[in-house]
Amino acid sequence: MDPIHQFNISKLYILGHIGGHEIAITNSALFMFAAVLIIIAGMLAATARRSLVPGRAQAVVETTYEFVAGMVRQSAGEAGMKFFPLVFTLFSFILVLNMFGMIPGLFAVTSHIVVTVFLALVVFLTVVIYGFWHNGLRFFKLFAPSGVPIYILPLIVAIEVMSFFARPISHSVRLFANILAGHITIKVFAGFVALLGGLGIAGWIGALLPLALTVALTALELLVAFLQAYVFAILTCIYLNDALHPGH
Amino acid sequence: MADRRSPDDEAALSARLKQLGERIHEAGARRQHEAEELREQETRRQSEPTNLATALRLSGEFVAGVVLGGLIGWLIDHFARTSPWGLIVFLLLGFGAGTLNAMRAAGLVAQQGAAEKKD
Repeated sequence: MDPIHQFNISKLYILGHIGGHEIAITNSALFMFAAVLIIIAGMLAATARRSLVPGRAQAVVETTYEFVAGMVRQSAGEAGMKFFPLVFTLFSFILVLNMFGMIPGLFAVTSHIVVTVFLALVVFLTVVIYGFWHNGLRFFKLFAPSGVPIYILPLIVAIEVMSFFARPISHSVRLFANILAGHITIKVFAGFVALLGGLGIAGWIGALLPLALTVALTALELLVAFLQAYVFAILTCIYLNDALHPGH
Repeated sequence: MADRRSPDDEAALSARLKQLGERIHEAGARRQHEAEELREQETRRQSEPTNLATALRLSGEFVAGVVLGGLIGWLIDHFARTSPWGLIVFLLLGFGAGTLNAMRAAGLVAQQGAAEKKD
């Protein structure tokens, strides 16, 4: 009945110790491995025949490719396509993990902020490192919008720098908070069904309302699961666009 | 009435007609512009299915800025022993950054680096 219990991390297999810390395969790690395996196996299996008229699986893979490629081109331009592998990996990884979370009994990896922070940091560091490598010091133009009077420029630059560093926080918190809140809400309403159901006939009738809500919320969460993967990917594209074209 | 109209009146009338035509044209252009903006907002809204998602997004952006500002300020105070000035300055900066990010997320301010692209 505890709505938080579903997020418990349990150690499945202890690999060893590094510097006094236990290194173990947890249920979280297991589902991440499973997601990677499913994505790779699915992609390979679907594109193995490479028929001109795609079958059902191949059509799904091709549509996903077109979807992500269109997203990258639209937000980061044609030059952004060199980051297509990164965006596609992030999108498919988060999508599959979110969808795992929607299956009852499975673990929602993206409901843990440590996972989403790491994904957001990968994007952030890519933007910073590639931004400096590609643009050199011109990358700093990102923080100085043109047409700002010189006497308020220091303040604007300070705020822009802060807003730049706040990005990975909101980038990761958005995904994590949506998945966490959604799963807790579903669990709480499902808990009402069980509680009311224990009260006899009147309870059964009363339980219909939370039951209907649980069904509706599950549908909504399915949408959110897809949408958060999409939002994460499109924000990645927008941030990468800054690394490609700072200040122009 | 028409027989009493002088050439002066005719000229004034055609001038007013012309003015009216221009105003209608302007209003039409403005309305089209507004419709385009609405459509843009609509596509933006479609990527957020519920009000809860929008609330989470905007508040998340804002809180991220303030938290980051507080954290940086506290760290500076902790290591440079400037308490409480670092916290004060960086909380205010973080507040500004959070507001800026929230406004960017709401589409009220251009994205970072996108300002010159539109020219």
